Parts: sequence; C-alpha cells; structure tokens
Amino acid sequence: MTPSSTPRFALVDIRGLHKSFGVTEVLKGIDLQVGRKEVVCIIGKSGSGKSTLLRCINGLETFERGSLAVDGQTLQHSDANAMRELRQQVGMIFQSFNLFPHLSAGRNVMLAPTLVKDLPKEEARTRAQALLERVGLGSLFDRMPDQLSGGQQQRVAIARALAMAPTVLLCDEITSALDPELVGEVLQVVEMLADEGMTLILVTHEMAFARKVSDRVVFMHQGLIHEAGTPDKIFNRPQTPELRQFLSALRD
Amino acid sequence: MIEFNFFVVLTQWPMLLRGLGLTVVLTAISAVLGALLGTACAWARLHGGPILKRTVGGYVELVRNTPFIIQLFFIFFGLPSLGLRLSVEVACVLAMVLNLGAYACEIVRAGLQTTPKGQLEAAMSLALTPWQTFSRVVLPPALARIWPALVSQIIIVMLGSAVCGQISAEELSQAANLISSRTFRSFESYIIVTVIYLLLAIAVRQLLYWVGPRFIFVSR
Amino acid sequence: MVQFSLWDIFTFLLGALRWTVALSLIAFIGGGLVGMGLLLLRFSKLRAAATAVAWYVQIFQGTPLLMQLFLVYFGLALLGMDTSPLVSAAICLTLYASAYLTEIWRGCVNAIPKGQWEASTSLALNFTQQMRHVILPQALRVAIAPTVGFLVQIIKGTALASVIGFVELTKAGQMISNATYQPFLAYTFVGLLYFALCYPLSWWSQRLENRRLA
Repeated sequence: MTPSSTPRFALVDIRGLHKSFGVTEVLKGIDLQVGRKEVVCIIGKSGSGKSTLLRCINGLETFERGSLAVDGQTLQHSDANAMRELRQQVGMIFQSFNLFPHLSAGRNVMLAPTLVKDLPKEEARTRAQALLERVGLGSLFDRMPDQLSGGQQQRVAIARALAMAPTVLLCDEITSALDPELVGEVLQVVEMLADEGMTLILVTHEMAFARKVSDRVVFMHQGLIHEAGTPDKIFNRPQTPELRQFLSALRD
Repeated sequence: MIEFNFFVVLTQWPMLLRGLGLTVVLTAISAVLGALLGTACAWARLHGGPILKRTVGGYVELVRNTPFIIQLFFIFFGLPSLGLRLSVEVACVLAMVLNLGAYACEIVRAGLQTTPKGQLEAAMSLALTPWQTFSRVVLPPALARIWPALVSQIIIVMLGSAVCGQISAEELSQAANLISSRTFRSFESYIIVTVIYLLLAIAVRQLLYWVGPRFIFVSR
Repeated sequence: MVQFSLWDIFTFLLGALRWTVALSLIAFIGGGLVGMGLLLLRFSKLRAAATAVAWYVQIFQGTPLLMQLFLVYFGLALLGMDTSPLVSAAICLTLYASAYLTEIWRGCVNAIPKGQWEASTSLALNFTQQMRHVILPQALRVAIAPTVGFLVQIIKGTALASVIGFVELTKAGQMISNATYQPFLAYTFVGLLYFALCYPLSWWSQRLENRRLA
C-alpha cells in the first residue's frame, strides 16, 4: 500500500482491523486513514469485504481485532452512548434507501434532529426543507416514500443523513439498486457534496464516477487492501494482476 | 303456527340501551388497556431478559388455552379466596384486558418481527436511542401491518363479553336474559339482542378501521 | 358441607372432561363436513349460493357464541322438538364450526396462486376436477395448521354449553365450586384441565405452521 505523502490528522483511522463472520474471516487486517475533506472510493469484487469494512466504521458491524477511531475517538462497541455520539459524526446511506415508510419525505429528514439533537419542530422543518432543496427535491416535502422514484428516495436518504451534520458520510453502493436512468441524479448530488468539502467514503461500482470524483481509490481483494492510490494510478497503471483482472472484467 | 311477538321485547328498549351502553364501555376500556398490555408484552417477548420472556410466554399460553368464561369465573369467584374481591364490572374489565392482552401480544409481536432490518439500521445510523427507534420507527408501521388482525381480536373479545352476564354484569346479553324472563319471549329477546351484537360488531370494525390510520399509526 | 377429597373432585372433573371432548369432536367433524360443503358452494358459479355462504359466515363470526346457543336452544323448543342441552349444543357448535372452518379453508384456497387455476383450465379440467386434483390438495397443506388451531377454539367454545345446562367441564367446575365452597381450587383445576387439553394442540398447530414455512 502506498503510504500518504505527508502525515496528516486522519479523520477516520483504521489500524489492523480483523473481522470474522463465524469461522469465515472477512477482513484480514485493514489499515486505512482517511483525511478531512478526502473522497475515498472502495472498489472490488463482491465478497472482498468492502461493505463490511464500511459498516464497521459506524458500528453496524463489530470487529474482533484492531482499532478504529473517528475524529480522534476510538470506537467502543459496549458503550451505547458513545456509539450514538459516533453516529452523529458519521452518516450512512444504504443501497436499499431504508426510508421510513410511514413518514413523508420531509418528516423522514426531520425525525433524527428533533429526537437526537432536541431541535424545535419549526427549526427542524425549515432545515429539512432547505436540505431537500439542496438535493433537488424542494417541492416534495409532503410526499410519502412510496410515491417517489428510486432516485428520489435515495436523494431523500442523503438529505436525511445530512440533517445530522455529519463530518463523514459513508455510502454503501448507493446506486446499485437504481434503474440506470436514475443513477445520474444521485451521483450528481454526491459530486456536489464532494465539491463542498464533505469527507466521503464510498463503496461503488460506478468506475467513471470514482475516477472523476475521488481523491483516492482503494482496491480490496479477499479481505485486504490490495492496492490504493490516485484514480489515475489505479485505473490507468494497475500494478497487481488481481486489479488488472478486476478492471478488465468491468470493461467487458 | 308459531307466533312471534317482537313488539313486547322492543318496549323494553331502555334496558337494551343500558345493556348496550355497558357492553360498549367494557369493550372500549378493554380494547385500549388490552392493546397497551399486548404491545408491552410483545416488546418483552422480543427484547426482555430470559425470566421476563418466560413469564410473559406462560401468561400468553395460559390465557390462549383456557376458555374466557373460566378466566372470568376465576377472577370473580376464585380471587376472593386470596383476599381480592372485585366488583362485577371491574372483574369483567380485568378478565377482558388480560384476555385481549395475551392475543394482542402475539399479534403485535408478529408485526414487530416483520420489521425490515434496513429500518433498524437506518435508525441506528441516525443515532436514535432504542426507545426512539421502537416508538417512532418500528411500532407505527408494525401496527399498520397488523391492524386488521388486532381489530378482529377486539371484536372477538367484545362478542365474548356476552358471557359477563353470567356474573350478573348488566351488559347486553344480561339485558336479553332479564327481558326474556320478564316477557316470556325468549326467542324474540335473544334474536333482537343478537342482531344488535351483529350491528355493533360491524360498526366497531368500521370505526376502528377509520380511527387506526388517523390516530394510531399516523402516516404523516 | 360434604367433604370431598381432591381425588373425588379430580375424577368428577375427568368424567365431565369426557363430555367436553365428545362435544368438541362432534362439532369438529360435523362442522368440517358442513364446512366443506359450504366451501364448494362458495366457489361454485352460482352467485346466490356464494353470497348466502358469505352471509352465513358473517352472522356466525359477528355474533356471540352464547347468543347462538340460546337461539338454537329456544328455537328448537319453539319448533316443538324436545331438546336436551347436549343436542342443542351439538347442533349449534357444529354450525359455528362450519362457518369458521369454511372461512379458514376459503383463505387457504385463495392462497393458491392464480397460475394453478389458469394451468388447469388450459388443460380443459372442469371445476370439480380442478378443485379435487389441483387446488384442494395444495390448499390442504396450507390448511392443516389453522384447522388444528381452530379445534382449540371449539374446545374452548364447549365451555359455554354449560350455560344452557350441559354438564361438561365448566359446569362440573361450577358444581364443585358450589359444593365445596372452594371456587379458587375448583376453577384452577378446571383451567389446568382445559390447558392440558388445548396446549398440546396449540403447540402442534404451531409446529405444523413452522414446518410449512420452513
């Protein structure tokens, strides 16, 4: 793995992470440091452990060995309050959107700030409206999720995560469940967030997008980071046969 | 030729009305308390410690495998031996609440268990507490899913309350008993009261289907 | 006050339990036969018959079993028949069971995918052949768990026959309670006996349902 050029404070600091599901070891020692405002894309075959790694960062998965720190705070799975603090810093967008079906788009965005941050209803509502406008859905505040297209639902999910003002946003294959023609509108929003300086860690299959938007691309293979570097290096000058094979399979 | 005389029964309409009133009140109180008890028990069965789980499970199986009339007799006739003497109405409500609670527990539990995992993950990722997740994200859609089954069970308990006349509660079936002995028109008395029960069941079902989406599991 | 030993009480209750079981079986088997007939009517092309069955079910499901028992009891008397509580209860519970069973089975038939009907129609089978060879065999597998579950409801329903004077387990319990002035003991005993009868059936029904879904 190519070391960083200058030692910077890592917003997300992962060292020696090992994780197993039962007897199967899925993450075999991950070292990854993500700096503030950095956009990192994680690519690799299914089963390489990409989503599992992402889900470890906000504690949806636990790990057996190694350490994980966000903004200087080490992850403590046993401390529920500490985990909730963490999740206010780290937001997540899911492949299957996971919008709350009984709440309108606007209320989906409002829910967490009112409950977790004790924001007054009116202020939460104004903020939610602003966030929906930011993702291009300003007029759909009162629509129910089942009245929205997949692309719209995912954008609401992004607004919902942003409502908590996280420092890091994790995106777990957020366009994989979308019809092709709806992918663009979601990627546009993500690109906008990257331009505005949000720290992003994305697991994605959208290689053109990764090439365009990331500061760094990480290629995972069989539970380890196999190669990492700038998009130019990873996509144009792959060093290992596994990465070359992965990229050529995509081209077909 | 059999002669029917419905008129003499209908002249007793004040008694019918009083009986109907008590049946409605008993049902309303039991429905609310029973549903709350059932939801609490469902939560306990899913998230409680082993002792709590087993206790609630025992309660549920006991109630669901014994007749309501025995539960009622036990509470009204049996409990005084332990020093707990209840009025007729309180005994009826207690029996109905405990009865509905056990069935509601299983109904709500099924609803909670069909919560898609993604909902829990989304709530967790938004830093909601377990209670916030349960009350705001999990419970409302779960109630919406199981509402028809819960409404049916409330109606079953309402119809089952006819048995309360056996401990002299002055509800609708007891009104039929009294009118029957007063007028000597048994068949007519019971037919009229049965029709009232049928209309009541239809009305309560419609009412609860109207109330549910508006006040219980609101979609906003 | 006559002193009864626990053993006397127990044997008396067991004797009454026999009648509970007998009445339950009569209602279950009789109700099953009538219910099956109603099921075929429900799915026949005769709209009047189908609607009549729907109303029949609505009435039995929308009224108290206790009222149904009284109506059959007094109704049979009006028709001049010499009714014993047993006969009244047997007839009433049979009709009650037939309504619920036909509705349960209707749900099971509706659970069979439309494609099965379409395929068998395309093979030129008539309605009876479709039901007999394609639909009902599949519906049977789905129906077995809730049908066993309903038997538990019937057993609990027989308790109400006590109100019209039939001496089954509940009536026996009342008699013991009055004779011994020990209602707590009597009704606990009775409750446990019902539980012993019903719980194994409930457990079996749940197991059948789990196996079907597995």
